[in-house]
Amino acid sequence: MLNILYFASLREQLGLAHESIAVPAVATVAGLIEMLRARGGEWPDALAADKPWRVAVNREMAAFDTPLKSDDEVAIFPPVTGG
Amino acid sequence: MPVIRVQTADFNIADEIALMRNNPAIGAIASFIGLVRDINDGLGVKTLTLEHYPAMTEKAVAAIVAEAEARWRIIHCTVIHRVGELEPCDQVVLVIVASAHRADAFEACQFIMDYLKTRAPFWKKERTPQGERWVEARESDDVASLRWRAKTANLSGDRID
Repeated sequence: MLNILYFASLREQLGLAHESIAVPAVATVAGLIEMLRARGGEWPDALAADKPWRVAVNREMAAFDTPLKSDDEVAIFPPVTGG
Repeated sequence: MPVIRVQTADFNIADEIALMRNNPAIGAIASFIGLVRDINDGLGVKTLTLEHYPAMTEKAVAAIVAEAEARWRIIHCTVIHRVGELEPCDQVVLVIVASAHRADAFEACQFIMDYLKTRAPFWKKERTPQGERWVEARESDDVASLRWRAKTANLSGDRID
């Protein structure tokens, strides 16, 4: 299972702070995003290709081809605005 | 070891600097404090809420500090970033860099701030008289962080532009 976390405006748009889901068949960040978009509703808009969201896997910034395995922690969030 | 803290409590720069005052190798201490401003894009800010990704923030800040330590000669470094609900004039972030000489201290301090703005998982939400809104990332912050790409130090410590 993957532990997925959503932050900030993305969390508000999706109405979800975290969830636990099975590792997708395509076990990469790209595969996960496609799976999430396929849910419909707010998901394809929130995770649209032209929107500036970011993904971290196990607390390090990830790329589309970053592999995923069971027990990984995935976080999806808007561009950061700290400092 | 650098001091890296993410906390709701306020900080006192004098206290943090005092902790660095017992090392005679330190000749320079440079610092930065970020504060909550009252005006953002014309709306009066009532409160600013700092959200963060708890498991990742200290790791991300530690990576930024580690990169600064690799690029400049740093003797000690302190980074404190507050989270939670803040108001205009409140302190948000503190960066202190101690080194033998001022060039390393000034530059590393600015580098750490530029990278904190673009690589640390915090998000700001403002409450204004018009309602709540999430602060948008600024292109100027991304541009600022790019300035550090062109410059690297060679093995002898000389700067190459």
